[in-house]
Amino acid sequence: MDEDAVFRALADASRRRLLDWLHDKNGQTLGELCRGLDMTRQGVAKHLAILEAANLVSSRRHGREKLHFINPVPIHEISQRWIGKFERRHLSALAELKKTLEGENHD
Amino acid sequence: MTDAAASNFVYVTFIRTTPDRLWSALTSPDFTRQYWFGMHQESDWRPGAAWRLVFPDGRVADAGEIVEIDPPRRLIIRWRNEFRPELNSEGYSRCAIELEPTGDAVKLTIAHGMDRAGSKLIEAFSGGWPLILSNLKSLLETGEIAVKTKP
Repeated sequence: MDEDAVFRALADASRRRLLDWLHDKNGQTLGELCRGLDMTRQGVAKHLAILEAANLVSSRRHGREKLHFINPVPIHEISQRWIGKFERRHLSALAELKKTLEGENHD
Repeated sequence: MTDAAASNFVYVTFIRTTPDRLWSALTSPDFTRQYWFGMHQESDWRPGAAWRLVFPDGRVADAGEIVEIDPPRRLIIRWRNEFRPELNSEGYSRCAIELEPTGDAVKLTIAHGMDRAGSKLIEAFSGGWPLILSNLKSLLETGEIAVKTKP
C-alpha cells in the first residue's frame, strides 16, 4: 500500500473528522455522512474518494445503497512500521501522563 | 438508511502475493499458526462442513460452519465464540473473506458482522483482525511476522 497516500489523506482536518464519524457509526451511506458532518454532498464525495484511494475507507454494496466503512488496517501498518520499532512501553507511559495531566482520565 | 440493528466492519488490505498462496495461508493450519498467535483452524473446507478455531493448548476458541467456499476467491464462515459466555450468547456472526487479484497484489477483504446492534463479539473481532492481517501481510511479503504475542 502507498504510505504517501495514507499520510496525505490524513493531512486534512475534514477527512479526519469524516473518519472519526465513521468510527462512531460504521457503514454509512453518502447521504448519512453529509447530514452527520454538515458538509455538502460534493465535499463529502471528494474526501471519500481520497480516503478510499488511500484504503482508509472501504465500501460495500447493500441492495441499492453503497455503505462506507472505516478501514484501520493501513494505520495499523504505519503504526507498526513507525512506532512499533521504537519503545512502545515508554510512549504509552507518556500518553498516560498526558491524559492524566490534561484531565481526560476522569471517567 | 443503514441498518441500525446490525454491527459490521469491512477491512481491506493489499498483499503482494498470488491468490493461491494467500488462500493456502488462510486455510492451512501450519501457516495459520504463524500469524494467528499460535491458533489454527480445523475444517474439511466444503460447504456445510464444521469449522473450528483452536487455541495452541487445544481449547476451542470459536466454532461454526462453512457457508460458502470458492477457492481461491471467496469463503463465508458462520462464526460463533465458544469460550466467553457473554460473547457466545450473542450467537452467530457471518464472516465473508474475499480475494481479488489487482496488479502484482491481491486485495483481501474481510467483512465481518451480525444482525445485532452494539455486538461485543464484533467489537472483539474488529480489534483482532488488524493484528492478524498485518502479520499475514508481512509473513507473505517478507517471511517474518510483525507482532509475535497478543498485546
